[in-house]
Amino acid sequence: MRGTRPVGTTPAAGDAVARPARRIPLSRERFVAWADAQAGAVLVLPAVLVILALSIFPLLFSLYLSLSRFQPVSGGFRFHFVGLLNYRKLLLGSEQEHFLGRLGDLGVTGWVVFALLAGVALFLLARSLVAGPLAPSRLVGHLLVAAAGLLALWLVVRTLAAGGRPGTLVVTWIYVFAGVALQFLVGLLLAVLCAQQLPGRRFFRVVFLLPMMITPVGVAYTFRMLTDTGKGPFAPIANWLGYANVSWVNDPWGARIAVMIGDLWQWTPFMFIVLLAALESQSPEPVEAAIVDGASRWQIFWHITLPQIAPVASTVILIRLIEAFKIFDMPNVLTGGGPGTATESLTLHAYVLWRSLDYGTSAAVAYSLLFVVTFVGIAYVRLLHRRTTTLG
Amino acid sequence: MTKLSRRRFIAAAAAAGSGLLAACRGGQEATPTPAPSGGTPGAAQRFDGVEVNVITFTGPQIAEPLQRRAPEFQKLTGAKINVITVPFADLYQKILTDITTGTNSYHVLVFSPQWMADFVEPGYLEDLTPRVEADPALQWDDIAPFFRNFSALYNGRIYTIPLDGDFQMVYYRTDLLEAEGLKPPQTWEDYLAIAQHFHGKDLNGDGVPDFGSGIAKRRGAQSYWMFWSIAASFLQSQGTQQGAFFDVDTMEPLTNNEAFARALEIYKETGKYGPPEELNWDVGDSRSAFVTGRCALTIDWGDIGTLAIDPEQSKVKDKVGAIILPGTKEVLDRSSGKLVACDQNTCPHAIDGVNHAPYAAYGGWSGAINKNAPAKVKDAGYAFLSYMSQPAQANVDVTIGKTGFNPYRISQFENIDLWVKAGMSEQAARNYLGAIKDSLNSPNMVLDLRIPGTQRYQGVVLDTVLSRYLAGELTTQQAMEELTKGWNEITDELGREKQKQAYRASLSIR
Repeated sequence: MRGTRPVGTTPAAGDAVARPARRIPLSRERFVAWADAQAGAVLVLPAVLVILALSIFPLLFSLYLSLSRFQPVSGGFRFHFVGLLNYRKLLLGSEQEHFLGRLGDLGVTGWVVFALLAGVALFLLARSLVAGPLAPSRLVGHLLVAAAGLLALWLVVRTLAAGGRPGTLVVTWIYVFAGVALQFLVGLLLAVLCAQQLPGRRFFRVVFLLPMMITPVGVAYTFRMLTDTGKGPFAPIANWLGYANVSWVNDPWGARIAVMIGDLWQWTPFMFIVLLAALESQSPEPVEAAIVDGASRWQIFWHITLPQIAPVASTVILIRLIEAFKIFDMPNVLTGGGPGTATESLTLHAYVLWRSLDYGTSAAVAYSLLFVVTFVGIAYVRLLHRRTTTLG
Repeated sequence: MTKLSRRRFIAAAAAAGSGLLAACRGGQEATPTPAPSGGTPGAAQRFDGVEVNVITFTGPQIAEPLQRRAPEFQKLTGAKINVITVPFADLYQKILTDITTGTNSYHVLVFSPQWMADFVEPGYLEDLTPRVEADPALQWDDIAPFFRNFSALYNGRIYTIPLDGDFQMVYYRTDLLEAEGLKPPQTWEDYLAIAQHFHGKDLNGDGVPDFGSGIAKRRGAQSYWMFWSIAASFLQSQGTQQGAFFDVDTMEPLTNNEAFARALEIYKETGKYGPPEELNWDVGDSRSAFVTGRCALTIDWGDIGTLAIDPEQSKVKDKVGAIILPGTKEVLDRSSGKLVACDQNTCPHAIDGVNHAPYAAYGGWSGAINKNAPAKVKDAGYAFLSYMSQPAQANVDVTIGKTGFNPYRISQFENIDLWVKAGMSEQAARNYLGAIKDSLNSPNMVLDLRIPGTQRYQGVVLDTVLSRYLAGELTTQQAMEELTKGWNEITDELGREKQKQAYRASLSIR
C-alpha cells in the first residue's frame, strides 16, 4: 500500500504545496515504516539466538574439535589444533580400513556389475537433466551428483568384491539404502492391505504400529535373544534343523541382515502409517472412472494410486533416509558392531572413538557423516523429491 | 558391559547430576561442622558431617561391597559415603571429564590402575605414600608384592590402594580330567588338546553336546585381556621389568613377530572348540557357561573360584580346578623377531622348561583420591579406602563371589579356613589358592599396560583388530601389521619419548 499515490490529484501542485507542511509527519511516517520493516527481524531474533546457541555453536565447535586433539593437562584440558590430521587418519591413515574399508579385486564380473550399475545411474541422471530447462546450475548439480555417485558406487563395488571389506561408511550406506527400500516396500504392502475393506483391519492397524512405540534398545535386546541359536526361543527349531552350532551373528552378512531385520521391524510402521493416510485420502473419482473403463487392479494401482501418493511417499522416504544414517542402538546392542567391524555404523564408529577420549577423530567421523547426509539429502530433494511433488 | 543405551546414558547422566548435587550439599555441610580431630589414628578417627562421593562402575561387582560397607563405616567414623555408579564403558571418560572440566564431583575413584598414567601425569591424583606409611591398620606389607610394588605405584609413589587382585588363570573341570587321566594344561598346546578332547561331548549330563573351551571374545568387552593371557608367555620371559607390550628402549610394539603370530593363531584356534556364539560372549556368558558345566576349560580372573561354590547357580561345586596360565617352551627373541627354544638364558624363570607369564590383566580395582577434593573429604576418603582394604573386611569380601573382589593379600591365600568357611572343600581351596600363589609368586608376572592413552591402545585398536581377526576379516599378518601401525600412530601422536618414559615409569625402571 505504501508508496501508492492517491488517484486524481495533480502531481505537481500537490507536491509543491504539501512538501513543507509534511516534514514532521513524513519523518514519523518514515520511522513507522522503518520500525515496521525491522519488526520482523526483532520478533524473529529470540528464535535466531536460540538456534545459534543450540545448533550453530555446537556445529562450529565440533568442526573445531575435528581439527584438534584433546589433551588432559594439569588443572584442566586443552585442545591442540592439528589441522586436517584427523581427516587424514580417517581417509589415509590407520583408520582408513575401518572407515572406508579394504578394496578387493574386481574380476570381470565385478567390472560388468560396476559398468551396468554406473550405466543405469548415468542414464537416469541424463534423463532427469533433459527433463527440465538446461540451466548451468542444474548442469553443475547433476555433474556433481554423477561424480559423487560414481565414486560411492566404485567404493561399494570394490569393497564388496572378493578380498575386500566394507568399512563403516559403506555399511551405513547398506543400512540406509537397502534398509529404507525394504521398509518402504513392506510398509506400502501393509498399508495397501489395511486400506482394503477387510475384517479386523482396525485391529491390525494398531498392531502394525506398536513396534514404533518401543525403545530401540528394547528392540535390539529382543533381537539379540531371538538370534541366539544356543539359548534363544528359536533354539529348538535351530536344533531340529541341525543349525544348533551355527550362530548367524558370527557371519558378517548374517549379522548385517540381523541388524537390518531389527531395523525393518522397528521402522516399517512409520512408513505404514504415513502411506496408509495417503492412500485413504486419495480422491476416489479417478479410481471409479478407471473401474468403469475396465482397468485391472494393477493398472489402477500403478497409474492412479501410485502417482497420487508419490509426494507423500517421497517425503516419508526422505525423512527415513536422514534418520537411518544415524542408526546406532541396533548394531551396538545386537552385535556390538561385530563380528569384527562388520556391523559398525558411522555413529557407532564415532562413539567407540569418543569413549577413549579421542574427541578429534570422533568429531571427524561425525562431520563426515554430516557431509554425506547433507549431500544425499540435497541430491534426493533436487533430483527426485521435486519431480514427484510437482507431478503430484 | 559396553552397551550405552539411551536409557543408560540418561541414568548415568542422572547419577552424575545427583553426584553433583551431593557434592554441593556435602560441601555445605562439611564446612560449618568442624570434625573433632584427635583420638587414636585409624578406625577411631571421626569425620562427622563429611560426605564423600565414590565413583565406580554399575556392578553389582565392586559396587556391592562398597555400598554394603558404607553404612558400617559411617557408624564407625561419621562420614557419609555416597557410591555413584556408571556403566563400565563410560567410567574412564566420565571421571576424566569430571576432573578436566574442574567439576570435581567425585572424591574417591574406584577404577582400574591401568588408567593411572592418564590421571597421574596431569596431576589429578593425590600421592598416598605418606598416608600409607602412617597407617599401620592397612597392613601394607600383607599385600602381595606384585600389587604393592607395581600395581599401586607410579614412578615409585603410591597412588592407589588395592581392593581387588586381578590376574588371569585357567580353570578346568577336575572331574572330567581325572576320569580321562589327563593333566591340567601346562602349555597352550595342552590347552588346545584338552579342549579338542572334550569338545562336542556332554559334560553336564543334560544330553546336549557341550564345548571344550569357552572364552569371552566379545568386542568391547574383555577379549583383549583374554588374548594377552595367551600372548604374555610368548612375549615376556625375563621378569616383570622386561615388559610385554613394548620394547622399553625403543617403544616399538612387540606385536609383529613370530611369537605374536603364534599367540594369535592359538587364540583363534580355541574358537574351534568353543560355542558358536563365542564372539558375542562377555565374561558374564563365559562364567555362567562354565559354572553350569557347559565348558571344560576357560580363562578368567579369580571370580570363577568363588562363583563355583555359589549354590544358586553352580552345578560344578568342588569339580573346578585352577592353574597358573599355561606357558610355552618357545619364546620371542626380541632382536630377530623369531621364536627361540627355552633355555637358562632365554627363560630364566621357566618351570620344567615351560615359561609362564601370569598376566595381571586389568590390574585389580583400586581406590584413588582426587587431589582437588577438600582436605577433610580426602582424609575421610582415604580412611574409607583403608577400611575396605584392611584384612578384617577384605579377607571376608574376597571369599564372596558377587563382590568381584579377588585375593590380593598374603593372609588371604595362606589362610585356608577363610575359604572353607565360605563353602569350598579343603581340596578345592588348596588348589585355587595354590594357583593364585603360583601366579603371584612368579617373578615373570606381566604388568598390564598403563601409559597415557592405554584405553586407546587396548580398548580401541587392539580390541578392534582382535575382533576383526577372529571374524576372519584380517589374516594373521594383516592383523599384526594393522595393530603395529595403530599403536605406533598413538605413540607418535602422544610423543614417543614421553610414552617411553611413561612405560618405563609404569615398570618402575629407573
